[in-house]
Amino acid sequence: MAGNTEPLSPRAKLAVTAGKAAAAVSRAAGRGSGSVIGGRVALKLDPDLLARLARHLDVILVSATNGKTTTTRLIAEALRAGGPVVSNALGANMPAGITSALAGGSDAKFGVIEVDEKYLAGVARDVTPKAIALLNLSRDQLDRAAETRMLAEHWREGLSGSKALIIANADDPLIVWAASSSANVVWVAAGQEWKDDAWSCPSCGGVMQRPGDDWFCGECGFRRPTPSWALSGDYVLDPHGSAWPIKLQLPGRANKANAATSAAVAAAFGVPPQVALERMYSVQAVAGRYDVVTFMERELRLLLAKNPAGWLETFSLIDPPPTPVIMSVNARGADGTDTSWLWDVDYTRLAGHPLFVLGDRKLDLAVRLEVAGLDFEVCESLDDAVRMAPPGRIEIIANYTAFQDLRRRVGN
Amino acid sequence: MSDNSLRLVWIYPDLLSTYGDQGNALVVERRARQRGLDVQRLDVRSDQQIPTSGDIYLIGGGEDRPQRLAAERLIRDGGLSRAVSNGAIVFSVCAGYQILGHEFINDLGEQQQGLGLLDVVSTRGEAERCVGDVLADIDPRLGLPPLTGFENHQGVTHLGQTARPFAKVRFGKGNGVGDGYEGAWNDTVFGTYMHGPVMARNPHIADLLIKLALDVNALPPADDRWYEALRQERIAAATQPA
Repeated sequence: MAGNTEPLSPRAKLAVTAGKAAAAVSRAAGRGSGSVIGGRVALKLDPDLLARLARHLDVILVSATNGKTTTTRLIAEALRAGGPVVSNALGANMPAGITSALAGGSDAKFGVIEVDEKYLAGVARDVTPKAIALLNLSRDQLDRAAETRMLAEHWREGLSGSKALIIANADDPLIVWAASSSANVVWVAAGQEWKDDAWSCPSCGGVMQRPGDDWFCGECGFRRPTPSWALSGDYVLDPHGSAWPIKLQLPGRANKANAATSAAVAAAFGVPPQVALERMYSVQAVAGRYDVVTFMERELRLLLAKNPAGWLETFSLIDPPPTPVIMSVNARGADGTDTSWLWDVDYTRLAGHPLFVLGDRKLDLAVRLEVAGLDFEVCESLDDAVRMAPPGRIEIIANYTAFQDLRRRVGN
Repeated sequence: MSDNSLRLVWIYPDLLSTYGDQGNALVVERRARQRGLDVQRLDVRSDQQIPTSGDIYLIGGGEDRPQRLAAERLIRDGGLSRAVSNGAIVFSVCAGYQILGHEFINDLGEQQQGLGLLDVVSTRGEAERCVGDVLADIDPRLGLPPLTGFENHQGVTHLGQTARPFAKVRFGKGNGVGDGYEGAWNDTVFGTYMHGPVMARNPHIADLLIKLALDVNALPPADDRWYEALRQERIAAATQPA
């Protein structure tokens, strides 16, 4: 499938060149990596460019509310065992960013592409992917995002005619609803800690029953499909019943789940689990996330959590008390301007940790923690928080733009 | 209300708990406990019966389809209406507010019957969705400081004869009718479009509900330092929208 059997048209080549020039200008102006602006210019010159660039690749799309950047990276590492990979590794996941990333990989065999949830159906139509990995869906940026179940419905309609192999999480009812209109699905029992967006059956609206790890609708018979792959503790179980150890450098249950899904994707392209997993072990940090940095002579681990499900998974991976935890919350455009979601996060899980609060919306978080009955300090800056924190490695949890602010401050 | 215990009922978290409105239950519970009350919080899923013996009932906002399902199940259950006729207090937000009225427009675009506990009728707004920080003055009869909240709704709510406006908007949209009113209330039933959640930004509303439940005029003071700081910040934000 891969290989440059059909070279880019002159118009497409011009678009790629113009896009690269725009990206270079954007970088020179200090306005970021330039990948989005480059893609925008290129798409304007040639609207079909994305489809044309993808034609030469085996494309794998990855979408979810949480974990898509990390999983994209893990799949890309695994597939490099089978050939060169091009990927939007920095998380620019809308059509312009994707176009820009693909334009940089003319020799690649695989395109491993993270896609924003809202664009998945459209991108899947444009690039005719070989495989699509679907991890989870939960509430995120409610002031502007589509409602969660509507998004699942939108995916379901968009993917129903797709010939792609869907690799989907059997433990998330919304994902199962979205994927089960497809002809070819590989179900992965990847787990789901956050359950509060899936108490209502996506098919009929009945109340979902969730005994143990199972789930089913009490009314219409919509139920958890039998998985062929599964995450089981520190192992991934493949369809032949073999258990492969997962020894990632990345922390937490959610990343083991991402690795299990990535192993299933890799297997579909002929990369065996052991080879795939070993390649994933090299990943230390993803776009700065999980990075351990030194700042003011202290060790800080940077953790990104953008929504309630993400915060919940993050609480389960931080070091136990008395490890200090700094939390930073903003509500700028890219974060969603409504902070109500803080109240869906169970902060009582942080009892025993010395807590420090900062960010544009530190007062929202302060009230949230007060109502949870926790002790905390409100700080003006990261420097203040680090100065006040008792000894030991510090865990820092921040939402999207707060995370970017912190990375800038620590020079990462 | 018996002795020192307060029964707090959180209605249908499986359907109407999308916008952090669970925070209202957390704030009421916290502030009641700080006043030495023993709080029994009951979270009632939509396949369970609504108890009629609660003191305070809270309903939150949700997406369009869950709203339709919640209204159907609440009418079929009947428990909330019986509780209100026994004098129970109800505080509702957004989709929950619409459900307490006579009717609203559901996800299928149809008029759907509500519980009729508030004399209001909701329709779907033609204008842009109302999203952003709100500042409003609460009905002076309730004796509360200004209301701050975050609104995020397409619905428009018209008040009938027996519903009083909960607040008059200074900044923001509120009920969306154009008369500047936000929310509605009668003796013990309240409705608002405000998220935030609204009690986190207006703890005095939580105190009001507790006072109504206890049938007292005052409560011992609570530590309002962080609430007050947040209120000042959000009131400033509403008056200077970005």
